Amino acid sequence: MDNENTVKYAIECKGITKTFGSVVANDNIELTVKYGEILALLGENGSGKTTLMNMLSGIYHQDKGTIYIGGEEANINSPVDAMSLGIGMIHQHFKLVEVFSAGDNIILGTEKKKMKPKALKEEIRNISKNLGLEIDPDKKIYNMSVSEKQTVEILKVIYRGAKILILDEPTAVLTPQETEKLFALLRKMKEQGCAIIIITHKLNEVMAISDRVTILRKGKSIDTVNTSETNEKHLTELMVGRPVSLEIERNEVENKEKILKIVDLTVMKGDGTKALDDISFNIKTGEILGVAGVAGSGQKELCETIAGLMPAKQGAILYKKENIIGKSPSEIIKLGISMSFVPEDRLGMGLVASMGMVDNMLLKSYKDKKGFFVDRKPARELAKKLKDKLKVVTPSIDTPVRLMSGGNVQKVLLGREIESNPNLLITAYPVRGLDINSSYTIYDLLNEQKEKGVAVIFIGEDLDVLLELSDRIMVLCHGKITGIVDARKTTKEEIGILMTGGTIGEEEEND
Amino acid sequence: MDMFLNIFVAAVLAGTPLLFGTVGEIINEKVGHLNLGVEGMMSIGACAGFMAGYVTDNFIIAIIASFVAAALASLIYAVLTVTFMANQNVTGLTLTIFGIGLSNFIGIYMLGKSETGTLKLPENITAQMRDIHIPMLSDIPIIGKMFFSYNPFVYMGIIIAIAMGFYLYKTRLGLNLRAIGENPAAADAAGIKVTKLKYINLIIGGGICGIGGAYCSMIINGGVWISNNVGGLGWIAVALVIFASWKPVNAIWGSFIFGALRVLKYYIPKTVFPFPNAFYDMLPFLITAIVLVITSIKQSKENNIPESCGINYFREER
Amino acid sequence: MTNQAVQKSKEPFARIVKKSEMSGKNVAILRIMAFLLAIVAGGVFILCIGENPFAVYGAIISGAFRSVMAFQGTVKIMIPLLITSLGVTLAFKMKFWNIGAEGQIIMGAIFASYFALFHDTLNHTLLIFAMFIAGIIGGGLWGLIPAFFKSKFDTNETLFTLMLNYIALHIVSYLRDGPWMDPGSQGYSKIATFSKNAMLDRVMGVHIGWIIAIILTVFVFIYIKYTKQGYEISVVGESHETARYAGMNVKLITLRTMFLSGAICGIAGMVQATGSDKTLTTAVAGGVGFTAIIVAWLAQLNPVMIFIISFLFSVLEKGSSVLQSSYGLSTDCADVLQGIILFFVLGCELFVRYKFVFRKKGGA
Repeated sequence: MDNENTVKYAIECKGITKTFGSVVANDNIELTVKYGEILALLGENGSGKTTLMNMLSGIYHQDKGTIYIGGEEANINSPVDAMSLGIGMIHQHFKLVEVFSAGDNIILGTEKKKMKPKALKEEIRNISKNLGLEIDPDKKIYNMSVSEKQTVEILKVIYRGAKILILDEPTAVLTPQETEKLFALLRKMKEQGCAIIIITHKLNEVMAISDRVTILRKGKSIDTVNTSETNEKHLTELMVGRPVSLEIERNEVENKEKILKIVDLTVMKGDGTKALDDISFNIKTGEILGVAGVAGSGQKELCETIAGLMPAKQGAILYKKENIIGKSPSEIIKLGISMSFVPEDRLGMGLVASMGMVDNMLLKSYKDKKGFFVDRKPARELAKKLKDKLKVVTPSIDTPVRLMSGGNVQKVLLGREIESNPNLLITAYPVRGLDINSSYTIYDLLNEQKEKGVAVIFIGEDLDVLLELSDRIMVLCHGKITGIVDARKTTKEEIGILMTGGTIGEEEEND
Repeated sequence: MDMFLNIFVAAVLAGTPLLFGTVGEIINEKVGHLNLGVEGMMSIGACAGFMAGYVTDNFIIAIIASFVAAALASLIYAVLTVTFMANQNVTGLTLTIFGIGLSNFIGIYMLGKSETGTLKLPENITAQMRDIHIPMLSDIPIIGKMFFSYNPFVYMGIIIAIAMGFYLYKTRLGLNLRAIGENPAAADAAGIKVTKLKYINLIIGGGICGIGGAYCSMIINGGVWISNNVGGLGWIAVALVIFASWKPVNAIWGSFIFGALRVLKYYIPKTVFPFPNAFYDMLPFLITAIVLVITSIKQSKENNIPESCGINYFREER
Repeated sequence: MTNQAVQKSKEPFARIVKKSEMSGKNVAILRIMAFLLAIVAGGVFILCIGENPFAVYGAIISGAFRSVMAFQGTVKIMIPLLITSLGVTLAFKMKFWNIGAEGQIIMGAIFASYFALFHDTLNHTLLIFAMFIAGIIGGGLWGLIPAFFKSKFDTNETLFTLMLNYIALHIVSYLRDGPWMDPGSQGYSKIATFSKNAMLDRVMGVHIGWIIAIILTVFVFIYIKYTKQGYEISVVGESHETARYAGMNVKLITLRTMFLSGAICGIAGMVQATGSDKTLTTAVAGGVGFTAIIVAWLAQLNPVMIFIISFLFSVLEKGSSVLQSSYGLSTDCADVLQGIILFFVLGCELFVRYKFVFRKKGGA
């Protein structure tokens, strides 16, 4: 580490803590950046990166801790404060006004002297030319591609003369060529003395662009290392934690049968890009198929397409030899396919936030009995049973699940799915944000299902868990399958390479 | 020709109160607030304007009073929806009930104090509100009557509409406020003082509605106070905002068309068009409903209701 | 430059932050406090106009209860308000902003009036039944239209339902001036008073609308709480995504719920026309559709609370009618008081989910 007394930092965060309701998003975080330096902020989803950056840019305000900008204590109460301190943020979800032109978005909110529209456009063109960017100031945002929008975002902060740039996962939406261009731009700005923080979880990018790396994990700052003195493996360890033996039991189940076969499946996102690109795989009963990949590699779309919530563009999903593409979600539920997706905000589409456990038990089964009325008796019993079995902490089974802690919400969600006796159980991020004990409860549940002969697709973040829980691991990268490996034989490094788009020598034959 | 001229003049006169209400509501909606309290704000403006005119016998003071009173009413709405994040629809409807009630209440209270049992605006102010005679221009045949023969409200309305159009679409401040209505989070991130601008524009918009109210109480009934003098014009203004596709300058001709629809029934003989009167009254709303459906089918991003209109903004909302 | 900015940037005086949610009991206490505060504010208004707040409030309450007749009057005001509030509740539960209750009331009344005017020779029970069904269909169709455009094209329902109110209103004035004009009215255009056969029966001095209203309260309560369809409405209202995930047909549910919401408002129209007004006028809804939105919202969409709040509203309205005779205050006083009370109650809602954090002394 540098000597802290002599270096004047562009940003210095000391003991930053921020909670949302009962969720601690940032816990006593320490972070420093110098001018003329690129710092990578590395961490898994939900590790608190974006929350921290939102505090630097004035969107949130910290509950505890101090931020120093250029060595002075700063109180960032609003984006205006952040801007006058020279901080500019490029958000992951662009903060652009869709119906405005690029030019209007760039000058929005600035208090520079009013200029004639023509002169203004000229200035914007000049700035973009200097940085090797191309932009038509008159083009409306809603007519723009994602990378064009990002360019507008970058120009926006540069136009404001930001000296400290924060980029939140800027490469997630870019092609490799566009990423290279962006990095060239960032290096140029670094030479000009800017301090840059780039949030990412792609290790190869961290190695390529950053000078130092700060690693966050579960809302805590774990370590800061010089990029030149580290390697991807070390960073992975810091990000995911030491390789630990979790000792999850894994049994072999006899009489496996193929139950789901996905053939040449292609799914498009709303913006016209491919979410899943020609993927084929299968899963057998009595097997846990782990799915690894950085966030946004197509996991969500895979779940939703199988559940009938998203249309497929090409390919087939064969469930017991019958193509289920085109079936409605309720038909698919009836076939015994259960899907549970735990999004970053933990609620989302699996549960109804304002309802209690009882009513949430009913979500997929309320129509099972005939008649006009909802029969809550079985749901109430089920809720009670789950509460005891999974040790769900809640004041009562009628308390809105919104008021329950994340771990308990997930237990409710997964518990309900399992109780519906599915043949195929798809579960995404079921242990997201859970403590050790709750996580083990979930693993046991999944193993129990597998032994019963259920086919389980487990989409996870923690590679250690995937390695120990799954029978096979499928790795997704940019919507493509980069490999399907035997979880008993593979290593963490091997999966890490596949996740970032690399290939390994031998792949399991995909039949 | 004569009939056309008469219809034109009548349409402009009938459209003028709508113009104020519409321009005021456009400002409110552009900053992200679907204020259903237009009728109430206009009523309060109507009352304040009339009473100030009645007491002071001064037109300028009456206009200022109507603006200030309705702006204050709008301030109540702003406090509740911006700072207290109350539901916009419910708050707006409450403002309408409150405004009409307060206006009528004060009207009857004043009537009770009046010796004659009626309230009529005094001579001086009535004279000030007469049609303005512009030397030369007003004397041009036809053109003079069509464009230069109106009471001061008409010109004030057109000037305000053009000024607000300029403000919204040609100035930096207007750009900022439109950004708030479209995407407050983006505006906030760009350093725009969202709360402050919301307050300012809600108040200005409310005040403009109030002047429209003053027209209702001071002009329409010949300077005699009657209860419920706004009589639903505020709701037509809400419709007109859509018809004018949220542009103040469109509101000028839009309000004159809607004004024409309100007077046509008196001019067009039933032998020519056998439409019942109710049909003309319904038309503004029917057309607006159709416009709404068409814009939603076209999914047009522009010429549509501001994206975040109706939704309160809380910066730390996740 | 940065140093200056740091000094300039002061912490704001107060900041609104989300807090962990309150318990039901505390929320209730908060709301009661808000109500009391509102009453005090209304009292200040009364003081301002030179009257004694206690006396005026007392007069309002006695005005609503002082005699059997007065109480019957209160109930009469309450009936359409209660029914309509129940109607819009179904739509709001689905987060469908049905501002169109006013129009749905009118359409219900028009459809029912058709039978009252042109088929009044039917057997009385049959006629009442026919009018009831007509009211349901009229209001229901008027609710279905915006739901159709919403689910098909995502047409803004707040504005669309608002327009439909006035379209309905002018349909009445068309009927009044034209096809349905009472020939016996000697040029003054109005619709004929219904024949005795087409009027709702009275029970305990008030038309049977009150029984219908009570039945509907129970019905809506059960419908929301215990039926599959009610359950679906809650889920769709929470998130379309979740509803689809659970295999629900969101479009169908939207259409069905809006039909029902409109239908209940239509019943209010039928009851008002055939029970209270005994004819069809343009004032059949008379703003009840808007007040009902406020009632439903204040009651947090809970039918029992709706019953209580619509009763309070009716007491205020009926009671203030005596203010004219005893204090020379116009009945508009009720609207002003209503407005003031509502402003306070609306403002207090913030504190259920948020709190103000004030700047610490000597901070920044």
